[in-house]
Amino acid sequence: MITARLQRTPLGRAALATRNRWRLFGLSVFLAVATVLAAVGLLTASGYLISRAAQRPEILSLTVAIVGVRFFGISRALLRYGERLSSHDLAFRTLTDLRDRFFQRLIPLVPAGVDGSRRADLMSRFVGDVDRLQDLYLRALSPPIVALVCSAFCVALASIILPVAGLVLALMMLLGGVLAPYATRRAARHAGRRQAAARGRLAGDLHEIAVGGAEIAVAGREDDWLALTSADDGELVSLQQKDAMSEGLAEGLGTMFAVGAAVAVTAAAVPAVISGELNGVLLAALPLLTMGAFEAIMPLSQAAAVIDATDEAAGRIEEVTERPVPVVDPEFPHQLPAGGSIRLEGVDFRYPGGDRLLLERANLEIRPGEAVALTGPSGIGKSTLAELLVRFRDVDEGSITFGGVDIRELEQDKLRDAVRLAPQDAYMFNTTIAENVKLGRPEADRERIVEALAEAGLEDWINSLPEGIDSPVGEDGAKISGGQRQRIAAARVFLSRARFLIFDEPTAHLDPEGAAALERCLVGRRNQGCGILVITHTIADPDSFDRILRLGNGRFHEVLD
Amino acid sequence: MALGRTRAPGASRQARETQRRLARSSRVARNHLIVTVGLGFAQAVLIIAQATLLAKVIAGVFMDGDSFSDVAPWLIWLGVISVGRGLAAAGFESAGRFGAARVMSELREKLSRHLLLNRPGALQDEQSGDLVSSAIDGVAALENYFARYLPQMVLAAIVPIAVLVWVVQYNWISAAILAVTAPLIIIFMILIGLLTEQRTRKRWERMSRLSSHFLDLVGGLATLRANSQAESQSGSIRTVGEEYRRETMGALRIGFLSSLVLELLAMLGVAMVATAIGIQLAGGHMELVAGLTVLLLAPELYMPLRQLGAQFHASADGMAAAERIFEVIDQPAAVTSPETPVPVPDPARRSVAMDGISYAWPGRERVLDKVDLELMPGETVALVGPSGGGKTTLANLLLRLAEPTEGTITCGGTDLASVDPRDWRRQIAWVPQRPTIFSATLADNLRLFNPGASDQDVAVAVGTAALGELVGSLPEGLDTLVGEGGRRLSAGQTQRIALARALLSEAPLLILDEPTAHLDHETEVELAAAINDAAADRTALIISHREEPIARADRTLVLDEHGLRERVAA
Repeated sequence: MITARLQRTPLGRAALATRNRWRLFGLSVFLAVATVLAAVGLLTASGYLISRAAQRPEILSLTVAIVGVRFFGISRALLRYGERLSSHDLAFRTLTDLRDRFFQRLIPLVPAGVDGSRRADLMSRFVGDVDRLQDLYLRALSPPIVALVCSAFCVALASIILPVAGLVLALMMLLGGVLAPYATRRAARHAGRRQAAARGRLAGDLHEIAVGGAEIAVAGREDDWLALTSADDGELVSLQQKDAMSEGLAEGLGTMFAVGAAVAVTAAAVPAVISGELNGVLLAALPLLTMGAFEAIMPLSQAAAVIDATDEAAGRIEEVTERPVPVVDPEFPHQLPAGGSIRLEGVDFRYPGGDRLLLERANLEIRPGEAVALTGPSGIGKSTLAELLVRFRDVDEGSITFGGVDIRELEQDKLRDAVRLAPQDAYMFNTTIAENVKLGRPEADRERIVEALAEAGLEDWINSLPEGIDSPVGEDGAKISGGQRQRIAAARVFLSRARFLIFDEPTAHLDPEGAAALERCLVGRRNQGCGILVITHTIADPDSFDRILRLGNGRFHEVLD
Repeated sequence: MALGRTRAPGASRQARETQRRLARSSRVARNHLIVTVGLGFAQAVLIIAQATLLAKVIAGVFMDGDSFSDVAPWLIWLGVISVGRGLAAAGFESAGRFGAARVMSELREKLSRHLLLNRPGALQDEQSGDLVSSAIDGVAALENYFARYLPQMVLAAIVPIAVLVWVVQYNWISAAILAVTAPLIIIFMILIGLLTEQRTRKRWERMSRLSSHFLDLVGGLATLRANSQAESQSGSIRTVGEEYRRETMGALRIGFLSSLVLELLAMLGVAMVATAIGIQLAGGHMELVAGLTVLLLAPELYMPLRQLGAQFHASADGMAAAERIFEVIDQPAAVTSPETPVPVPDPARRSVAMDGISYAWPGRERVLDKVDLELMPGETVALVGPSGGGKTTLANLLLRLAEPTEGTITCGGTDLASVDPRDWRRQIAWVPQRPTIFSATLADNLRLFNPGASDQDVAVAVGTAALGELVGSLPEGLDTLVGEGGRRLSAGQTQRIALARALLSEAPLLILDEPTAHLDHETEVELAAAINDAAADRTALIISHREEPIARADRTLVLDEHGLRERVAA
C-alpha cells in the first residue's frame, strides 16, 4: 500500500527508486527518534527529581532519578552523533544511486531527445536537481516519521501519568505539527511564486549590466538601466516585505503552540493534583515532557518546504528522463559490415514538430578513401545530416546504409565505432589532454595518443607545455584556445579506428591560416583509406577535396568550379 | 577555482573584518540590527517570565496546597505569555526577512552602480568575469545570512545572559554551572569554526568537484555517445561517488566529534543543574519554586547557542559571498575620471591619435607595445591581424573602457585622460565582437545609441542591415520582445541588429569589431553594403579578419607581434 501511495508523486518515486537504502534510512530514523526521546527522558526525569527532592526524602532514594538524568543527558549526545553520521552516510549513498540511475536514463536521450537551443541550461539544471535529491531522506522524509513516532510515544507517556494530560498534549502536538507547518508551507509557496518573477527579472537586469555594460556605457545610457534595475529591485523588496509578515506569522504560530502546550498541559493537570487524582510529585514532569516532545515537531516546518522543493526537483528530472527515446538498438542486430560506402537513398527528414523538410528525397554516397566537403547556409540542415549518419536521429523516409546494411539494423555503439563524428563545439572534459584524446579509443597507448595529436598539428604546442599531454584542459576547455580545442577533437577522431570520419564545422573560430592548416590535416586522413566528410561554411582550399557538395532545398548538389 | 581562494591563517580575522564592514556599510543594516536586538530582549523577558510563573503554579499546587482559583490568574497570564512569545517570534522572523530584503537591495544597487559606472562590461573581461558572476549569485547567499544567522546571533548573545542574571538571584550554584558550561559551548563553537573551517571548506570543494564530475559527464554526454563511451564512463559515477563517500565519512567521524562535545556540554549542563538543585532541595537549602524556575530556564539558555551552531553554514556561505561582493565593489574604476574635465573634443573635425600606447592585463605580457595610430576625420581605416594580436584591446582603449598602461590618446590635441570618459564615449558608435541583445522590444534594442530615433529612421536601418526578413517573420514585428525571456536570436541576427544600432547612431566616430564573424559568406556579402553605409560620413575603424567588410577602406593596418603597420596592397 505504501508503494502505491509513493508511486503517485515524483518524490515518492525517487524514494522507491532507492528502496535498497531503506534499511539504512530505518537506522537513521531510529537514532533520530531515540535522540528526541533521550531529551524527553532527561527533562521528565529532572522534573520528577526536583519535585521528589522538595519532599526532602532520604538522599539515597533520589539516586535512581539522578542516574537517570545523567544517563539520558549523555546518551542524547551520543545518539545525536550516531544519527548525524548515519544520515550523512545515507545522503551520500543515495546521491550516488540517483546520479547513476538518472545518468543511465539520460544516455539514450542525448542529443536528439533533448533538442532545443537551451540544452546546456537544461543539462545544468538537471544536474542541480539530482543534487537537490540528496535531501530526500535526511530533510524531507525523516522529520515527519520521527515526529509521528515521538509524538505517539510522548502522548502515551503523558497518558500513563494522567490521561487528560495525554489528550491535551496530543491535541497541541497535532496543532503544532500540522497547522504551523501548513501555514509555513503556504506562506513559503505563496512568497516563492510571487517573488520568482521579480527575482528572475532582477537577476536578468544584473546579468545584463554585467554583460552589456560596455554597450550601455558607450550609448551613454547608464542612468536608464540604473532606473530600470532600481524599479525592479523596489518591486521585489515590496513583495518581500509583504511576504515577510505571513512568513513571520507562520513561524510565530509554531512557537505559540510549543510554549502554549506546556502551559495547557499544566493547566489540565492542576485540578487533578488538587482532587488527588494525580500525585503532585509528577506535576512538574508534565510541562517538561511537553517541552522535550516539541523538539520533534520543530523541524517539520522546514521539512514541509524541503518536501516541496525536492518533489519539484524530482518532477523536473522526470520531465527529462520520461521523454521518448529517439533511437533504439535493434532486437537482433546485424553484424557490422567489413567495409563499403555510406549511402543515403531517398531520405526525408524533418524535426519532430518542425514545419520544414530539411532533407527531401536526398541521395548521397561517401566512399572510402575520398574527402568530401559539404557547404550551405546556416540552419539548412548540415549538422542534422551528421547526426543522421551516426544515428543520433532516424530518417523519416528512405534509408541510410553502411556497406549495404541499413544502419537501423546495427548496434549504435558499433556503428559509431565505424562512423565517427566530431560534433560542432566538441566537448572537452575537465581532465588532461591525453585523457580527452583517449576517449577516441580507450585502449590506445600514449605513443598512439602523441601520434594522433601530432597528426592534428599540435606537436609543437604539446612540446612547449611543461606537462606535455598530461596538461589539464580546464573546465570545458577553459585553459585552451578555440583552435586547440578543435584540434584535440580532431585528434580524438584520428585515434579511433573508424572508417568514416565526419567533422562538423571543425574550423569555425579559427583565423584563415589556422583554418587552412587544420583542413589539410583532416583531408590528409583519406590516404589511410578513410572516407572524410567535412561540414563547413568556409572552405579554405577547394582543390584538396575530391568533391564539394552544397545542401539546398533538401538535396545535395555537386559544386563544380 | 577562484572561489576557493586560500583563506588559511587569517581566515577568521578576515571574516570578522567583513562582518564589521557589512554592519557598518549601511544605515539600513544598522537599523535592521537595532530592531532585531529590541525583539531579542522582548523574547528574553518573556522566556524568563514564563519559567517563573510556571514554577510558581507547579510549586504552589504541589507544595503549598493552592486551590485552582489561587493559580488561575497565573495560568491566564501564562496563556497571554504564550501568545506573546508567538508574536515576538513572528516579529523576530519578519523583521529578519524585512531587514534582509532592504540590506540586499542596497547591496545590489551598489553592485550595479559600480558595474555600470566604474567598470562597464566587466563580465566580458576574462580577468574579472568569474568574480562578477559569482558576486551576483552571492547576493542570494548573503540574504540568508541577514535573515537567519544575524538574528540568531543576537538571540545567542541576549538570552543566555538574561537567563543567567535571573538565575543568580535564586541559586548561585546553578548559575555557576551554567556560567561555566555556556562559555565552554561558545569556546567550542569558535574552536569548531577555527579547526574545522578549513576542513569544511575542503570538503565543500571536494563536494563541488564531485558535482562537477557529474556535470562534466552530463554536459559531454553527446560527445561520449559519439565515441561509444557513454556506458563505460557511467561506471565512474559509482566509483568516484563511493570513493568520495568513504573519504568524507572518515573526516566526518572526527568532524562531528566536536559537535558531540558541544551537545554533551549542553545536556550535561541541564543534568548537572537538575542534580545540584535536587540535592539542595533535599537538604532543605532551597525552595521548590526557585529550583523549578532554574530547571525550566536551563534548557532555554542552551537553546539559542545550539541553534547558532546549526546556522554555521549560513554564516560561512554568507561571509564568502560578502567577500566576493566587496572584492568586486573594491575594484578600482577601469578608467580614471578627471576631477575637472575639459570639454569633449569633436572627432568629426579633429583627428584621433594614439601615441606610444602600450597595454598589459595585470600580471601578464603586453598585448600592445608602443603603438601609434592616427584616424583622420572622415576616413575609414581597416585593422587586420591574427587572433590575440590586441585588436579588440586597441578598440577598448579608444572607447575609454580601459586605461592604457603607457602612452596617450588625444583628439585634436586634447588628451582624453582630461575628458570625462562618459562624454567621450557618447561620440562613438560601436559594434562589439559579441553584441548584447537586451531584454526589451526589438525596436528599443535598435534604438540603443539613439533613443529618440524616428520610426522612419528605424525602418531605414532595418532595411540596410538586412533585418527586413526577421522583422517580417516576428508576430509583433518591431514590438516583439527579444533577449533573455523573449525571442532568442541567432548569432547572425544579433550581428545585424548591432549594425543597425550603429547605423541609427549619430555619433561621429564608428568602431566595428569583427562585424561579420560567425556569419556565412552570403550574409557577409549582404552586410558589406550596410557596413559601408554606416562608415560613410564619419571616421571609422573596422576590425576584421575577413576581407569582405574592409574592401572599401581607405587604408588597412596590420597589428601583429611586430606592432602596427600599414599593409601594402597585394
